[in-house]
Amino acid sequence: MSTETGTVAGNDTSRIHNIGYRSYDGVRLGRAYARRSLYSQTLRGSFGLGRSAKSKVLPMLLCGVMCLVSLILVAVAIATPGMTKLPIKYTDFAIYLQAVIGLFIASQAPQAVSRDLRFKSVPLYFSRPIERVDYVLAKFAAMTSALLILTGLPLVILFVGALLAKFDFADQAKGFGQGMVSVALLSVLFAGLGLVVAALTPRRGFGVAAVIAVLTITYGAVSTVQAIAWQTDSAGAITWLGLFSPITLIDGVQTAFLGATSAFPGGDGPGAAAGVVYLLVVLALVAGSYAVLMRRYRRVGL
Amino acid sequence: MYDPTVARLTYRALLGRRRAAILFVLPVFLVAIAVAVRAFAGADDGVASGVLGGFAIATMVPLIGVIAGTGAIGPEIDDGSIVYLLAKPVKRPTIIFTKLIVAVAVTMLFSALPTFVAGLILNGNGGQIAVAYTIAALVASIAYSALFLLLGTVSRHAVVFGLVYALVWEALFGSLVPGARTLSVQQWSLSVAEKVAGEGAVTSDVGLPLATVLLIGVTVVATWYAGQKLRALKLAGEE
Repeated sequence: MSTETGTVAGNDTSRIHNIGYRSYDGVRLGRAYARRSLYSQTLRGSFGLGRSAKSKVLPMLLCGVMCLVSLILVAVAIATPGMTKLPIKYTDFAIYLQAVIGLFIASQAPQAVSRDLRFKSVPLYFSRPIERVDYVLAKFAAMTSALLILTGLPLVILFVGALLAKFDFADQAKGFGQGMVSVALLSVLFAGLGLVVAALTPRRGFGVAAVIAVLTITYGAVSTVQAIAWQTDSAGAITWLGLFSPITLIDGVQTAFLGATSAFPGGDGPGAAAGVVYLLVVLALVAGSYAVLMRRYRRVGL
Repeated sequence: MYDPTVARLTYRALLGRRRAAILFVLPVFLVAIAVAVRAFAGADDGVASGVLGGFAIATMVPLIGVIAGTGAIGPEIDDGSIVYLLAKPVKRPTIIFTKLIVAVAVTMLFSALPTFVAGLILNGNGGQIAVAYTIAALVASIAYSALFLLLGTVSRHAVVFGLVYALVWEALFGSLVPGARTLSVQQWSLSVAEKVAGEGAVTSDVGLPLATVLLIGVTVVATWYAGQKLRALKLAGEE
């Protein structure tokens, strides 16, 4: 590559001056690298890393609350003499702290997608060698990982605490495994729903409200109607009502397959047959949110 | 103290486009649940109280309050267009007061009215339950709007903090720590409802005199402080 300034041969009236611009001849990192970067930046961003101090406050606080609760449970388990297991099941943890998880996804999902839409930086992403599917998958995977960290970390603390307290290893390992599968499922489901709602609006504040509305309104409605069904002795309806809100879906799946105790009124979760329906609805919702996201980003110019 | 132009602009910001959708969906949802429950369980005071107290007052009113309260001023501060409003010869407390009136009106319209309709559907206002919860929703609308309007002027993350208050403080701590219920708009408004409804239909943990004082106090102080914040508003760039 020549960098000398000079003239290119030509006739006297028209000549092109070479003023030394060089074309890029370094390594091109390609599509996979761009996808990985988008993933890691979104994941870091959802905990406020690499962003301003103010935006670290909320995610770190929520993560801290989750860990603090599990530390307290471990402390209780170790300090109380004669205990043979943790005060709560691994699978119950996420159900109890669903408000914290809901707030996390509500505050971070719009952070991941709404600002790209609002400041019209989506076309810039697609001017890189990434496709629509890369963007959607990277955001989806990053949000899922962020939720998995938020919900998995307290379970790890519980597990380590249970081992320190010398509880039965096989029993604890089984419970821990079941808990991790359940929170993994929860993370994928919540990430999908959160991103879909957030991607529909370029307004961050409105996105937050919409995500939380989807999660709490459905839960509030389902649990209210379930309580009424319990009072009026129509226990059969309780099982099917659980299909209509994300957290009761997870509750149903883990009650049917992962040895959890249901938080439904009466404590009767779905059996194996109804559990299959629950699992199918969860998988359909995840696939559906992926499809909606892909559709949403078909028109990049917005 | 009331500026019709500011009010008109705020109404249009609140009820325009997508933001209105969520405001319409929630009441429709409540009424649909009321119809389903009535068909399912028949008319029953306990059930009606459960739906109105557990869903309408505990979930729907705070959410609509957050959307209307922060939505009245938040987006304008967020995108910087508030400067055009502040540059006009309108007193800043007047702007806040007008926006408060609009937010209160919208919250009342979308929360108290559906609560009343749902109450009528559930048990035809037996035991004054529908009226009691409607009054609770009306009272709560005023306090929530003032509180969340203040949040909108204080923080860029007003919606999140409003939701943290409504969901974590009122719902989670309120159910675990009895003391937290004394400092909850929901309980204050329920204590007003308790006075209206028949004995035992509505329960609140706060006495009526204390609740009234706190409700009025919070509304007045929040509105006054929001006016002060707007007087010295600093426009920050996007973080």
